[in-house]
This record gives sequence, C-alpha cells and structure tokens, in this order.
Amino acid sequence: MRIQLLATCLVDHLFPRVGLAAAAVLERCGVQVTVPPGQTCCGQPALNAGFTEEARRMARHTIDVLTADDAPVVVPSGSCADMIVHHAPGLLAGDAAYASRARAVAARTHELSQFLVDSARRPDCGACLAGSAVYHPSCHGLRALGVDRQPRELLAHVRGLELRPLHDAETCCGFGGLFAVKMSDVSGAMLERKLGAIEASGADTVIATDMSCLMHIAGGLRRRGSRVAVRHLADVLAGAGPPTEPA
Amino acid sequence: MIEPQPVSFHRGAARSLATPDLPAKIERATTRLVAARHAAFAAFPEGDALRDEARAIRARVVGHLDQHLIRFETELQKRGGHLHWAAAAGDAVRIVGEIARARGVRRVVKGKSMVSEEVELNAALEAAGIHVVETDLGEYVAQLAGEPPSHIVGPIIHKSREDVAAVFREKLGAGDEDVADAARMTALARRTLRAEFLAADMGISGANFGIAETGSICLVTNEGNGRLTTTLPRVHVALLGIERLVATMADLGVMLRLLARSATGQKLSVYSNVLSGPRRRDPAGSEAASEPDGPDELHVVLVDNGRTELLGTELAEILYCIRCGACLNTCPVFQSVGGHAYGSVYSGPVGAVLTPALRGLDAYPDLPHASSLCGACREICPVRIDIPRMLLALRARGARRPDTPAWIRQGLRMYAWLAVRPRLFAAAARAARIATRIRARDGWLRSLPGPLAGWTAHRDFPAFAPRSFQRLWRDRGPAAPR
Repeated sequence: MRIQLLATCLVDHLFPRVGLAAAAVLERCGVQVTVPPGQTCCGQPALNAGFTEEARRMARHTIDVLTADDAPVVVPSGSCADMIVHHAPGLLAGDAAYASRARAVAARTHELSQFLVDSARRPDCGACLAGSAVYHPSCHGLRALGVDRQPRELLAHVRGLELRPLHDAETCCGFGGLFAVKMSDVSGAMLERKLGAIEASGADTVIATDMSCLMHIAGGLRRRGSRVAVRHLADVLAGAGPPTEPA
Repeated sequence: MIEPQPVSFHRGAARSLATPDLPAKIERATTRLVAARHAAFAAFPEGDALRDEARAIRARVVGHLDQHLIRFETELQKRGGHLHWAAAAGDAVRIVGEIARARGVRRVVKGKSMVSEEVELNAALEAAGIHVVETDLGEYVAQLAGEPPSHIVGPIIHKSREDVAAVFREKLGAGDEDVADAARMTALARRTLRAEFLAADMGISGANFGIAETGSICLVTNEGNGRLTTTLPRVHVALLGIERLVATMADLGVMLRLLARSATGQKLSVYSNVLSGPRRRDPAGSEAASEPDGPDELHVVLVDNGRTELLGTELAEILYCIRCGACLNTCPVFQSVGGHAYGSVYSGPVGAVLTPALRGLDAYPDLPHASSLCGACREICPVRIDIPRMLLALRARGARRPDTPAWIRQGLRMYAWLAVRPRLFAAAARAARIATRIRARDGWLRSLPGPLAGWTAHRDFPAFAPRSFQRLWRDRGPAAPR
C-alpha cells in the first residue's frame, strides 16, 4: 500500500519531527510513503477568517498537489483533513475544472489515526512510552470527522503508557486559528481551563492528533512553567522525542 | 433598529473576564446544565432520530413560512383571538402600547419573552406610565437589578444565590430571615408577585411555539407564572417571532420532547400550556355555561423585525432555532464570558449568528468572530443547526468590510499569494525561521510584535524549525526497501 503524506504547513515548518514520525509509523506498518512536492497550506486559515476567495485559491493548489498521484492522502491533522474532506469540495463546487477532482481527493483523504486503524487496520504500531498521558480530542477531528475511537485504540496499544481521563476532554482548548490572536483574552481563558484540567489529571504528557491545538497547549504550559510534555500522536506511535525539539 | 455605535464583543468579553468570580459562576451554571442535558439524552434512545424529525419540521415551516402564518392567523381569529403584524421593533412596541392605552391598562405582569426584550418593550411601556413587572423569577431578579437577561433560558445564570440575596435586600427590603436560603427567597418573590398578578390589567407573554392548524400558542414554564400571566388579567398579549410556528399539534409534541431535555435536562417543563383563543363565553350569556377562566381578549403580535430578510438566504437556517439555550451552555466562549459580553438579547453561538443577521454587521461587526469554531453548538443543537457554517458565511461578508483590520486583510492575502507559489512559500518560511530563531529561547518566543502580541499575551510561540519537513524528507532520500 502506498500513500501521499500531506504534512500540513504547521508540521512542515514548525514541527518537522511530527512529519518524520508520521512517515516512520506508516512505514513500520508496511505502508509506502510519498511526500508530494509543492505542498504548502490547505487554505483553512483563510477560510476561517472569512477570506473565501483566498481559501479557494489555496484549496485548488492543494488539490493540484494531491492529484498528480491517485494514492490515498494521509494528514497528521484532523483540522486540515476536515478542510480537504468537507470544505474544499464545498468551496470548489461551482468550479467546473476542480469540483469533481476536489470530491475525488476528499474521498481518499484520511486523518492519520483514521488511516492507521480503519484503512491499514494496524491499531498496534509497536510503540512504547513509559509514563502517563491524557488524550485531548481536537475539535475538528472529533466533530467533523468523528476521530476519537481510532486514536484511543492506537494509544491503548502503546506499551507502558497509562492513559488517564481528562476532565471536560471534549471542550475546545481555545486555539481557533486567528481567534487566539484576535480574541486573545477569551481564548486565553479557555486555554487556562484546558491547562488546569491537564495538570489536575496528574499525567506527565498530553497527546493529540493536531499540532495546532498542541502548539497552543504547549505555549500555555510553557508560560505556566508546567512540566507536562506535549506529544503529537504520531510522535508517540513512532516512539520519537518531543515535537518541539530540533530534528 | 440601527445601533448608533457598533457593539464590540471584544470589549464586552474583556469586561466579563475582569469581573471577579463572574466567569467561574457562569462556568459552574452552564456545565451543570450541559451535564443534565447529556444525562437526559442518554436516557432517551430515540432522541437522535427525533432531532432529525424536529429539524425537518422546522425546515418545512421556515421553507413555507407564508402558508403557515396565514393558517395560524385564520385559525387564531376563528377562536376569537386578534392577530397583529409587527414589521419592525417599533411597530411591536406601538401595537402593544395602543392595546394597553385603549383599555386603560395601568399595570402589566409579564411572562418570559425574548422577543419583548428584542423590541425593548418594557422601557416603552414604562415611559407611557405603565407599571410593568417581570414574573419569571430570573427575569424578575434581573429587572430588580436593572440588568438585561444574560441567557435566553436562565436570565440570571451569571448570579449566585448570594448575589440574588443582595438584590432582594436592596430592592425589596428583605431581611436576613427572608434571604436565608433559596426556598425563603423564592417565597418572598412569590408573595410579592402574587399581589402583582391580582392587580394586573394586562398580561404579556412570549410563546415557545405557535401551532398553525389550531391558531394556538404554546408556553412552557417551570414556575407557573406563565399560567397566571395568560389567564388572570383581562387582556393577554403574546409576542412571537414570525418563525416560531409548527404546523400541527403532533409536530408540537416532537418539539416539546426535545426542548426541555435540551434546555435543562427535564423530560418536560413543569407547565406546558396550550392556549387557544380567549375565554369563551356562552352566547346566551350564561356564566355557568361559559369557560371559568381566561382573559377577555387575546392578542398575538407576530414580530418580523428582520426575519423575512433571512428567508431564502444562507442564514435562513438560524430561524430553525427553538431557543433552548443548549448551544450557549456548551459553548466554551459563552462559558468563559457569559451573555452580557455579546451586547445583545441573543447571546452565545445562536446570538453570534442571529444578532448580526437581524441587526447587521454595522452594529455587531465582531460577533461572528466570537467563536473558536469548535462545533460544540452544532453537536448539541436539538434541530442540528449548522452554526459554524453560518459564522463562516458572516465572516466572509465581514472580510470585505473596511473595519476588518488591515494586518488581517493584507496578511491573509499575502499568505494565500505565497501558498500557491511553493518556492516563495518556502523562502518566506526561511525568513520567518531566521526572524524567530534569533529571538527564541529554548525554541520558544515570549513575545511577538504588533497585532500578533495577542498570542503571546497568554502563551509562548514556537520558533520555526531549523529545517522544514520537506527539506528533511528530501535529504533522507527514498526509504530503504524492507
């Protein structure tokens, strides 16, 4: 089996370890990984800010990048996968040149944990992590793609890992893209609640499927001087180090 | 009604966050309501299918609103009720004022009505010298405190018991004994309100639904004040948004099973009243053969106030709303700042769509941004309204407005321009890497410049990585064959 890995702009430029980890896990599961060249940003930041035309241009570019090859697309982010699966076909519905291609790409795009569990049927990636963790379900993956069972199943197979319950786990961390900048104080209040719940769990690691949420949570934990570590699910499954360390 | 000054959610939220204990009180109350809602649906296996049915019911009404309104009018009049059409807020206020004046009304008791808040009815009646008292306990406390309701179902969700006690001491002269516990405080309010009910000339209420096939209105309450308001005074006036209809009694049954569960976790509200016309009197004049109670006159004021403008648009779906308040309760933004921050009668996710949809983005430019788009509202809505979709639609309208900050407009245009030019995108990332790594400590920045400082007000920001993933991947070469 062969897939195309869409790293996402955030992983590409801020957290490259997560991209390498995702590729490593997939390869360990017997999946051949290609990284289609020319990938930049799926356009979700523009869409969320109301810049529909800009979002459309970026979505077209992403569709172009992903249609040079017809292999399934795997994305280590529920939010970006949601953009490709749900929003891009809507944005490009009236575009004769792109509408059907957008739908076709959407149909073969998967968030990483979805792909591992539902397509590759490899809930056990052979990973180890000694310690305790909480899982934060990222909003778009959880509510738009139904990603929840898959990461939990993958984490249940990680040897040595004690997964603890997280209070109000399904409550947003307050990231929301530009929301965290424009409505900084409201976002900050939401973040405080999330950080409080994470710390109250006593776990030493917080795991999620999206680096956007984790960047927000990690930035908040650092500001607090917290010792809780932040890991992308791919990192945990690959047994790699924290995503913010230089590769 | 055009607001003279744009209302800023940003400022309203800052006020809420700076008010001691307020966010904690709101979070406590809303999370309790959400837990009750989830428990109610967990014990209601047919709930999910019923939500689909309820959505279809509301879609049919909103899709053919004209036909349902005419049916409602005809049936209401058949049963002796009077129907008034109010195109705008001012018309609604004028109509109610004229009804009151023509009948020499001096004292009004009111049941809960968000539409009356929307059209600012109380202030107008009071200006005309009419004594108006809210009789929903929460609304009564809010009125005593001189505050607007902060939640469409729980008007004083932002107040603790101690806060209410303070209001009763100050405004009702309550002593320690009167406010010793919730039961005694309720008893005090009940005594005070009972006298108001008995002295009132007119009752004003809202309505949860109008039923087109019978011209009836349905009111649900938990305190029984709705019954007294609508049956005791000689005149009853009900205000209703034009979209709040269901076609049939059977449809009403579907809505009621979802409404209370979504709002408070109850299977049904304590009182579900269906009112069909005023008190019917025996044509021969016999008191014994007449209905024993009910008002002499029933007036229904159907308020448009911007709603028809939404029909057939991408925002029409917001008119499916049945005002259960579940989206407010579950919204992490609402939980953090409460209803007053929204500067409008309708707050929370539904308000962030409905208020700018009805009143315009000129008046409420930043409300569509009062959301992280987490989707919790869509998930909990009993009629599955896609609120995030409409927030995006409103943001798209707002993006073209001059009050969108230049850094966002130019920044996103530049970002999109780069994103379709991969080499330039990578070059820009390299520049950002240099700029961020110079100032970073342990790979993180404590402050960002200009408008991006909003981020670093509450969290550190990561420096760009020394090498991008795509670069590392190219350097790695093809995977070793296994």
